[in-house]
Amino acid sequence: MKKLNEITVFLFALLMISCGGKEEKKKEGFSVTRQKTDTEQPVTPPETSATKASERVDLDNKGIGPVTSLTLNPEIDQAMAVTGKEVYDQMCLACHRIGKKFIGPAPNGILERRTPEWVMNMILNPDQMVKEDPLAKDLLLEFNGSPMANQGLTEEQARAVLEYFRTL
Amino acid sequence: MKNLSYLICVLFGLGITLSSCNNQSQKSNGALSSSAAEKVYVAPGEQDEFYAFLSGGYSGNLTVYGLPSGRMFKEIPVFSQFPTSGYGYSEETKPMLNTSFGFVPWDDLHHPDISQTNGELDGRWIFVNGNNTPRIARVSLSTFETEEIIEVPNSAGNHSSSFITENTEYVVAGTRFSVPVPQRDMPINEYKGNFKGALSFISVAPDNGRLNLEFQILMPGFNYDLSHPGRGKSHGWFFFSTYNTEEANSLLEVMASQNDKDFIAAVNWKKIEEYVKNGGGTKMPANYAHNVYDEETHTGTSTMIKEVVTVDPTKVPGALYFLPTPKSPHGCDVDPTGEYIIGSGKLSADITVHSFDKMLAAIEAEKFDGEAYGIPILKFEEVLAGTVKSGGLGPLHTEFDDKGNAYTTFFISSEVVKWKVGTWEVVDRKPTYYSVGHLMIPGGNSRKPFGKYVVAMNKITKDRYLPTGPEMEHSAQIYDISGEKMELIYDFPTHGEPHYAAGCPAELLASNSKKIYRLDENKHKYATMGVDDARVERNGNEVHIYMSTIRSHFTPDNIEGIKVGDKVYFHITNHEQDFDVPHGFSIIGQGTSEILVMPGQTKTSLWEPKKVGVWPFYCTDFCSALHQEMQGYVRVSPANSNIDLSWSLGE
Repeated sequence: MKKLNEITVFLFALLMISCGGKEEKKKEGFSVTRQKTDTEQPVTPPETSATKASERVDLDNKGIGPVTSLTLNPEIDQAMAVTGKEVYDQMCLACHRIGKKFIGPAPNGILERRTPEWVMNMILNPDQMVKEDPLAKDLLLEFNGSPMANQGLTEEQARAVLEYFRTL
Repeated sequence: MKNLSYLICVLFGLGITLSSCNNQSQKSNGALSSSAAEKVYVAPGEQDEFYAFLSGGYSGNLTVYGLPSGRMFKEIPVFSQFPTSGYGYSEETKPMLNTSFGFVPWDDLHHPDISQTNGELDGRWIFVNGNNTPRIARVSLSTFETEEIIEVPNSAGNHSSSFITENTEYVVAGTRFSVPVPQRDMPINEYKGNFKGALSFISVAPDNGRLNLEFQILMPGFNYDLSHPGRGKSHGWFFFSTYNTEEANSLLEVMASQNDKDFIAAVNWKKIEEYVKNGGGTKMPANYAHNVYDEETHTGTSTMIKEVVTVDPTKVPGALYFLPTPKSPHGCDVDPTGEYIIGSGKLSADITVHSFDKMLAAIEAEKFDGEAYGIPILKFEEVLAGTVKSGGLGPLHTEFDDKGNAYTTFFISSEVVKWKVGTWEVVDRKPTYYSVGHLMIPGGNSRKPFGKYVVAMNKITKDRYLPTGPEMEHSAQIYDISGEKMELIYDFPTHGEPHYAAGCPAELLASNSKKIYRLDENKHKYATMGVDDARVERNGNEVHIYMSTIRSHFTPDNIEGIKVGDKVYFHITNHEQDFDVPHGFSIIGQGTSEILVMPGQTKTSLWEPKKVGVWPFYCTDFCSALHQEMQGYVRVSPANSNIDLSWSLGE
């Protein structure tokens, strides 16, 4: 342990010297963070949530909110999906980009991981969801505590957005 | 043994008596000392029973309070620039403060009046006057925002304003100072007989409240001080108090107090309306601003109007009479039945009450006492209903409850006096702290008052609160008037200088109060409807940045290609659709103010970068746990650089 400390001090010292030497190249940032995590191992997350909340699959949880039961038609309603995209682009796209993690998770393949009820409740009732739904709580932490905004969608609009997700 | 048990019984009985006495006295003491507190206490999470709108006087704005708690909820910017929201600084709201004198970012706001239907408060709008550069404003009571401001031409010191008729047909604006009409270069001492006082009738469109100056009555050159509408049977008439019927142009303190009586002018506006409808009146060249804020475009526009219809009252028989009223009357108030017109001679001990019925009879019987500039003066005794022998000094304003009582403020003797309408008997009086001006009972100047509280608004504060240097906010007091005697229950500081106020039951407004602007109804010319629309466009040295906000980032947040000397317009659209989630926008060196953008709204801030560098901007309203992260950079290059415009987020 003592040895480890000495190495750390030495590395920091080295880092400081090298920083001092090259002013202009400093723009790449600094690596103190990595050093820090090496020495501060004890903060490991509990083993139960080894899988990220965004990747966890839970097809039983219906979430908390106005939607308690929803059966999806095997056929995608294309007209509804088009409406859903319009709503999504105006109300959701600022935080949820297609195919990449942004402020919040990407909606691609969401129905492989979540029930349709959960998705709609997350859209319609985010304030309560992030407080009370275990999955939504974990998602809030995974995404830096950035809150899911209540965009005031009607149930019909949220349903259309869900249909749009099925086309992704 | 018997004796002992008797003794025990006696002692026991005594004990009960004593302890019950004790309990009782404790209880009543408790109730006595806490009753006022209980009356004004609105527990955390609970809401007030009434809204109160207090004028801000020289703050130029209107403040919103709750009764009985005296808590201030909001300051609504009307005539003054307001950096808190960006009103008067944002590109959208600058036109609201346009006048024929140019941009006037301040005024003196005196007399709020809530719109009425059939003489009862309907809670659609509240009207206020700008005293200094004569203007009337209409404030929406669903958005609590200023929606319209109209300048009043030929007026100066717009004081006997902004009172409405009982179906909100008109908002009325009378001039305090008489002036040459039209304005011209002439010697001041030729005032007498040459100056005019304009009484303006501004119609209010029933559907959207739009204002239009229909006509102005050009009156003799007196000072028109305050006014109120007839109601019920006197609907169709309007009453204005006057002073300086001496027509003095200097040292009015002395020269305007010579006449034993001045007048209350009774205007039959329905007669004049009809006269104008039939082509009467004179179209006179004018130049005054009409500024309208559109809730869908979130944008104000200013139009200059070039003409006004003026009416010579002597040309309309039966339209105007003078009611002699002692001692330079100030307040001019009409009781809920419409029968009594109360004139408060501000240098008098008594309150003069005129009768509407007697006035009509006197007109019918032509009981005149001469005329002034062709306007008949009715005989004082023929119109007088009674005199309230108050015992106070300096009556100013009167409001009414729903039990037939009137409440008059006395400035000099610093008190509120309660008296019975009809018998003129004084039933109670309570001191104010200090030197009260107006008072307000919710609905107290309508057909249907809500006589539970009266708010007295004072001119002098002195020792009421902890001292804050030479300048103190004005004090106000709340009295419970539900019983026979008034009870002082609360004392609270106000903002600016409240003159008149208006109040109404909370349920009249609370359920209609708007929570957000719907993004899909946003018709702003520079709105960013989706993040894909976020962009930067250059047109010469004008740069338009279409930017959106949501918790907690700006889209875009990195912008390059701006140059020194550019005029950069930040058009910020808030994409939130949740109640009470505004975002602010500010940038280093911003020469205007920040802007606070409500959910679904678009606002624009003009920035003129003067220095080369990379300059930050940020959200001014703490919006989420990541609010401190809500920031961005603008790269400003030299004027002659050829760096292309570019913008990004998260790249």
